[in-house]
Amino acid sequence: MRAWQPGRWSPSVWVGAIMVAVFVLLGVFGPLIAPYPVGTRAMDLDHMYAPMSWSHWLGTDKSGVDTLSQLLHGAREALLLSTIVVGISATIGVTIGMVAGYARGFVDEAIMRVVDIFLAFPGLLLNIAIVAVVARPGLPLFIAALCANGWVGYARVARGQVLSLRERDYVMAARALGASTPRILFRHIAPNLIAPILVQVSLSFGNVIAAEASLSFLGLGPQVDHTWGAMLEQGTSFLWKPGFRHYALAAGAAIAWVVLAANLLGDGLRDRLDPRQRGRA
Amino acid sequence: MPLGAFILRRLGLGLLSLLGVSILVFLFLHVIPGDPVDQLAGGEATPEQRQKIEQCMGLDVSMPEQFWNFLGNVADRTLGHQCPDPKGKPTVAALIGDAFPHTVALALVGLGFAIMMALPLGIYAALRRGTWFDTLAAIGALSGIAIPNMLLGPLLLLWFFVDLGWLPGPFEVGPTAIILPAFAVGTHLMAMLARMTRSAMVEVLGEDYLRTARAKGLPERVVVWKHALRNAIMPVVTVAGLQFGSLLSGSIIIENVFARPGLGSLLLAAIRERNYPVVQGCVLVIAASYVLVNIAVDVAYGLIDPRVRRA
Repeated sequence: MRAWQPGRWSPSVWVGAIMVAVFVLLGVFGPLIAPYPVGTRAMDLDHMYAPMSWSHWLGTDKSGVDTLSQLLHGAREALLLSTIVVGISATIGVTIGMVAGYARGFVDEAIMRVVDIFLAFPGLLLNIAIVAVVARPGLPLFIAALCANGWVGYARVARGQVLSLRERDYVMAARALGASTPRILFRHIAPNLIAPILVQVSLSFGNVIAAEASLSFLGLGPQVDHTWGAMLEQGTSFLWKPGFRHYALAAGAAIAWVVLAANLLGDGLRDRLDPRQRGRA
Repeated sequence: MPLGAFILRRLGLGLLSLLGVSILVFLFLHVIPGDPVDQLAGGEATPEQRQKIEQCMGLDVSMPEQFWNFLGNVADRTLGHQCPDPKGKPTVAALIGDAFPHTVALALVGLGFAIMMALPLGIYAALRRGTWFDTLAAIGALSGIAIPNMLLGPLLLLWFFVDLGWLPGPFEVGPTAIILPAFAVGTHLMAMLARMTRSAMVEVLGEDYLRTARAKGLPERVVVWKHALRNAIMPVVTVAGLQFGSLLSGSIIIENVFARPGLGSLLLAAIRERNYPVVQGCVLVIAASYVLVNIAVDVAYGLIDPRVRRA
């Protein structure tokens, strides 16, 4: 348990954790502290494209809506979406990975071939392919599309861990004492999966937000008001407007903040919890 | 595992993946809620019009038969026809054939750029561990990983095309027009590879055989560039090869930003027009090229390093 003592964590973990905490706090309280309302009812055509000022810290957009308020509402959307997607992906992936690793043999082989098929879609391609079929994708389908390849990473991590854990003496002892398979899996093996899964969770938070932003940018987003991706899409279309670069930069910085936070925290946790993996990108 | 068996197994698994990929791509159209005929025909279509679309898309026969026809379209290398009115329009394969070279060129130049930047950066950072250069390179790499592609692309355009006027902007196709988009496509990979190179070099530099090389009086230049780099570079090059597919899919966004022709532009246009056979074809071709590149990288790695074949 020495790993959990304070002071043994790298700066990467601390910086990442603080950045994640800022994101989570703004996601929870952001809409409450936002200085102006957002959405179609907040349109104010007298104040379109306002520059940065004391009343609008980050100016306003093409319909006169306050940029800072949009960012704060966007933080809520991003937090909700990533939590849901990461939660679902982790649950499905870990379960499948544990089954594969524990069963071995044919079951393992079959599951890993399915994993291979999902891995054959690089990057966003799978998400795009799923969202593309529906004219106006709703939020549930959008979440499903993000989970469609999200689970694969968890399955691989969990399988690898279980493959080695199941050969340990203490698991053998539990089996000899007559423990049932579910009991061995959940009582004896699952606790040892927490650390590697935590690393994966941390890394995938950033991925989900980047994927959401990319899909929104391509016009395939969930059609929800003021996601960061939708802001970025709007912002890049008027990057050319003199004195109006900060809008796209603000949304881009928000996305980069979370991706950076997730990477710092994930890398730091991995170094700490699994020293063998140190430095592997 | 002997080399022949290794290659056969890898090829077999790859073909299996490809079959799975085509099943999945086929299923998207049929399992995901939303009727493609409705979306193509709109609300006011007459039953005859609907029937025509259904026939054109081959949706009027049973599911297994549809899948068989789909595989047939792959086998006869047309990848299907455009609906609702295929007459006089090029086949899906012809469209993809026109677009594919543009995307491959973009991805290749992006890959080349990523490797050429990442290796010197990573090696130098490893040699100068803990100095300001190392710190700066680490910050640069993290920024490269964090900055969203769809912000980097427009920013590059803004600086180098609008503000400075050094490089050509969107819609242009000359040889210099590929520089900015390739930079945007390759940045993420460059950052990843630089970090990998650094950590691989740091690890190798601590090995005993390098101490031996130094002890027998080899100049530092030979120790680093010949002895250390050879061992450090293998995993980096492998990852670079395996990431080629993500460059292909990253091109979807960048082609959109720079208004370049290519698979990404074709795919997005097809999605907007609800041209499902083209969507299917693009997804299939990108995924298949990714699988093929992966097989090639794995086999090449197995040829070079016999230890890999054991896995």
